[in-house]
Amino acid sequence: MAQVTLTHVKKVYAGGVEAVKGVSFDIPDGGFCVLVGPSGCGKSTLLRMVAGLETISAGEVSIGNRVVNQIEPADRDIAMVFQNYALYPHMSVYDNMAYGLRNRGTPKDEIEKRVAEAARILAIEPFMQRRPRQLSGGQRQRVAMGRAIVRKPQVFLFDEPLSNLDAKLRVQMRVEIKKLQRALGVTSIYVTHDQVEAMTLSDKLVVMNGGQVEQIGVPSEVYRKPASKFVATFIGSPPMNILPATIDGPGIVALGDAILEARDLQQDLAAGTKVEVGLRPEDIEIVTEGQAGSLPFDVEFIEELGATQLFHGQLSGLPFVMQAATGEVAAQPGRLWITVDPDRVHVFDATSGTRLGRA
Amino acid sequence: MQKNAYFKGLTIPLLLLLPQLAITIVFFYWPASQAVWQSFLLEDAFGTSTEFVWFENYTELFSRPEYFKAFVNTVIFSSFVCVLSLSIALLFAVMADRQIRGAEVYKTLLIWPYAVAPAVAGVLWLFMFDPSLGMLARGLQSLGIAWNPRLNGNHAMLLVILAATWKQISYNFLFFLAGLQAIPKSVIEAAVIDGARPMRRFWTIVFPLLSPTTFFLLTVNIVYVFFDTFGIIDTVTGGGPSGATQTLVYKVWADGKGGTDLGGSAAQSVILLVMVIGMTAIQFRFIERKVSY
Ligand SMILES: Nc1ncnc2c1ncn2[C@@H]1O[C@H](COP(=O)(O)OP(=O)(O)OP(=O)(O)O)[C@@H](O)[C@H]1O
Ligand SMILES: [Mg+2]
Repeated sequence: MAQVTLTHVKKVYAGGVEAVKGVSFDIPDGGFCVLVGPSGCGKSTLLRMVAGLETISAGEVSIGNRVVNQIEPADRDIAMVFQNYALYPHMSVYDNMAYGLRNRGTPKDEIEKRVAEAARILAIEPFMQRRPRQLSGGQRQRVAMGRAIVRKPQVFLFDEPLSNLDAKLRVQMRVEIKKLQRALGVTSIYVTHDQVEAMTLSDKLVVMNGGQVEQIGVPSEVYRKPASKFVATFIGSPPMNILPATIDGPGIVALGDAILEARDLQQDLAAGTKVEVGLRPEDIEIVTEGQAGSLPFDVEFIEELGATQLFHGQLSGLPFVMQAATGEVAAQPGRLWITVDPDRVHVFDATSGTRLGRA
Repeated sequence: MQKNAYFKGLTIPLLLLLPQLAITIVFFYWPASQAVWQSFLLEDAFGTSTEFVWFENYTELFSRPEYFKAFVNTVIFSSFVCVLSLSIALLFAVMADRQIRGAEVYKTLLIWPYAVAPAVAGVLWLFMFDPSLGMLARGLQSLGIAWNPRLNGNHAMLLVILAATWKQISYNFLFFLAGLQAIPKSVIEAAVIDGARPMRRFWTIVFPLLSPTTFFLLTVNIVYVFFDTFGIIDTVTGGGPSGATQTLVYKVWADGKGGTDLGGSAAQSVILLVMVIGMTAIQFRFIERKVSY
């Protein structure tokens, strides 16, 4: 087994596009790391550098204490699952899975044993003699997984493996991938732009933006203490509300006439400093009209999600969303008075967007 | 599952097919049936009388050693041209596919020979390898090779093979390149990660995935060497020396040219036709079954 370490890794493509601008992090042995970020932020590029499919412009990638910058993909002891599965169309499912082992001269009976075992785990035994085009998307996905696990590599690399599946299958495969990774204990790097996948799968979450790392942490920490406005709005659904505000005193922000306490706020900021306040839709509480420090929220329409409802409207002239358990708040347009737990008020620098938290 | 659109009645489909049918009938079925009819006739040298002789033209043909020789020549010529032009074109296409700098220029230059008419291509090679004028011929002679395609049958055969191959490479190259570029990059990358070294990758992934292209080109190339190489042979060697480069199609023309043996010439073209139909049928029946995936 192996840990993976990235040190100041950069990628400049021919033509001068700087896709990855110096990224460092490490994944402990057996860890599940998810790279998440918007389209074009360099996630795939980073993953492909770990795989060896792209050259590393600067910095160092090591797998299990061995620097692999100059090592061929085949010799890095990794397996990769591609977004379009990349199965060999002219080979049977069995041969697709056996190919990598044959190339490495694994004895025939060992190949049979490993393929059979992988097929059993992934429940694809009935399809072993079929060609990929005779399989459904979900079945192809399993074969791609099978091709990775028969190799017993040190690291699994996944590049948006579920994005071609329908919503229901995606949830099901997500759970299976997590279980499989736990059971096999193989260090994994998983690229996605789906923040639900990112939150549920990872034990280390790396949020990327514009070729740089915005935040690294366990998912709950990234959710509770987003390091920047970007992370705050990217992680969590529906996204966090961002409102302009000013510092009113130590740990106090003012939004117009209303006052909010923010327990994590940096203490030494001068009163009157312009900041931005982030409030998650699910953290909003309803209070009685006129309670000290409460904010007026004008509900315009309601979206039904089943277990919860989304209240869309305006708060001091800006779009605002609140989420509440169905039935908890009367589902009708009109004015509500709201407040937020001081532990759940996020404050960001108005220009740089970084979190203004306690050191 | 039915994906095709349906027409009710026969009128519209027939109208749509009409131009294609007309062309096929006028330029293929009609001359072909004429040739079949001719092959059963014996005409005297002045064209004054014709006689229906059943298979006499055929039996007479098979009794002639030159015909057997033309047959052997055709087999040698076709196999070499097909194998060489396909494999060289594939090699070039694989190289061009590697996105090297200058690949565009390289591709354009490779495509040019296709635009050259067969007769012009023939003249080009004739000059280059002319024993007294040709630069390349002098080079060979200075190496101590007594190069003379005008006298040496093997040299002549080599020359027409080279000229015909050169002419066909660019066509094959274009199709191979398109075929290579249609293979998803991620499939190749998966094979790289699966530990397949370049040679093994080529034979186990790229080549099998190219097989529909290869199959198509094989069919096209066989038709090319059987029929279209006539112009090259005519300009380079004129079938000589002493019939060393006379292929079946060239012999059809040579025998029919003077109008001396129209029946024999017609019989030859019928045989040629049957051979090509036979080979194409075999290819479609047996090879295509393997190439679909
Ligand atoms: N081969 C290439 N040559 C030049 N630029 C490239 C190349 N591949 C990617 N890029 C650029 O590098 C940046 C990062 O691309 P990358 O594929 O890593 O994004 P991504 O985060 O995986 O996005 P997505 O979620 O859409 O897959 C993009 O701006 C892209 O245009
Ligand atoms: Mg990507």
